[in-house]
Amino acid sequence: MPTWVAACATEDIDVEDVIGFRHEDRDYAIYRTAEGDFFATDGHCTHERTLLCDGLVMGRVIECPKHNGRFDIPTGKAIRAPVLEDVQTFPTKVEDGTVFVFV
Amino acid sequence: MTAVMGRERLKYYSLTGEQGERAVSDGLAGGSDWFRSDIERKRMKELMRRSDFPAVRDTLLWFGLLVGFAAAGVALWRSWPAFICFAIYGVLYGTASDSRWHECGHGTAFKNPWLNDRVYAIASFMDMRDPTVWRWSHTRHHTDTLIVGRDREIAVMRPARLARLTANLFGLLEFPHNLWEMVVHASGHLMPDERTFVPAEEERKVFRTARVWCVIYALMVAACVVTHSVVPFLLIGGPRIYGVWLLEIYALTQHAGLGENVLDHRLNTRTLYMGRVNRFLYWNMNYHIEHHMFPMVPYHRLADLHEQVKHDMPEAYPSMWAAYKEIIPAVLRQLKDQTYYIRRELPPGAAPYRVPPDGRAVLEG
Ligand code: FES
Repeated sequence: MPTWVAACATEDIDVEDVIGFRHEDRDYAIYRTAEGDFFATDGHCTHERTLLCDGLVMGRVIECPKHNGRFDIPTGKAIRAPVLEDVQTFPTKVEDGTVFVFV
Repeated sequence: MTAVMGRERLKYYSLTGEQGERAVSDGLAGGSDWFRSDIERKRMKELMRRSDFPAVRDTLLWFGLLVGFAAAGVALWRSWPAFICFAIYGVLYGTASDSRWHECGHGTAFKNPWLNDRVYAIASFMDMRDPTVWRWSHTRHHTDTLIVGRDREIAVMRPARLARLTANLFGLLEFPHNLWEMVVHASGHLMPDERTFVPAEEERKVFRTARVWCVIYALMVAACVVTHSVVPFLLIGGPRIYGVWLLEIYALTQHAGLGENVLDHRLNTRTLYMGRVNRFLYWNMNYHIEHHMFPMVPYHRLADLHEQVKHDMPEAYPSMWAAYKEIIPAVLRQLKDQTYYIRRELPPGAAPYRVPPDGRAVLEG
């Protein structure tokens, strides 16, 4: 059953940045955009499973560190080759300075 | 199992042969496990940050020089200064387009994706490299750098094909080959090796681009016929023959003579220092280990990245000449001994080399 899981404190992520989060043997990427919104996606790029938390956040886009493929963070949509497959997204919420992910 | 040596070994490099499958089953392909130097995240973000200014400045200068030397060459045609103008124009077209193709292909040159894509399209045309095929080819080169049977961009094999390398200083094989590829693509087909790395959903883009390019080349040929002049060819396409010599000299320094089937770019890639003019033409790809280790860092920050990680790197070669003093004897030795490769010393305190579990430098048998 999916449930809300505490991933990190809001201040653990810099503005316009991403960190990795591991839960039950699965990697997630947690994002904080320049506007202060929090998002979560699967932790791996859909191209060759590189960890997205080593990538670069630009606005609402994450660029994968391996071949510079890009995803739209809120929707997970693949927007630049070599990524062709969307990355899975997960709902997030912030409560008392903690970022929760629905996984 | 007996290792295959000599020219027969060249078959290993085919992407449709069994070495590629073997690299996959041996855990050498797929690329997720390469060595990377540790860099603090905050610093890494600074180095990765995108900016339009350096690439806009360099691109305006590049286009300005191209137009200037082309116009001067045409105006002075049939006098000896035209020869100098076209010699420079040829290098700006045939050599400098390659680094623009490369950087914009990574999407790091400009911050603005539209600018990246436009310059990528123009540079791909000048380079005679289909933008889609070569995006995927280069993706594979980054995943499986110098993994035999996987990487299509291995320029210097073991043993080296010296006649081919020499001919390509003047585009003598690559130019007709690229033209042939363009015609094959325009007819709605990929080359057999391209099918191993270009996804089916990308094929239509390849065919469409090739058809447009064929029209441009046909117009260029028609202009030559109508004007009874070779000038249109000197302006479009021709620089892939008379202006690529410097590109070949740059590009051979990247990996020649170094390790194959190793999961550490310090063992298969070379960083060297160059002067300002060469770095402008080559867009700093002389920092090649750094580029392979961190492809997210734009060309205009590679010198800073080099400073950041050089404690982990073999010493950079002080010049192209110094690199070639090592490359030429090594490549000649590899004509006889294909197990030989250059293994450079790391500075004290550097992270040790990452090698396959059994320490091999080449896949044999
Ligand atoms: S692994 Fe992410 S773009 Fe290739």
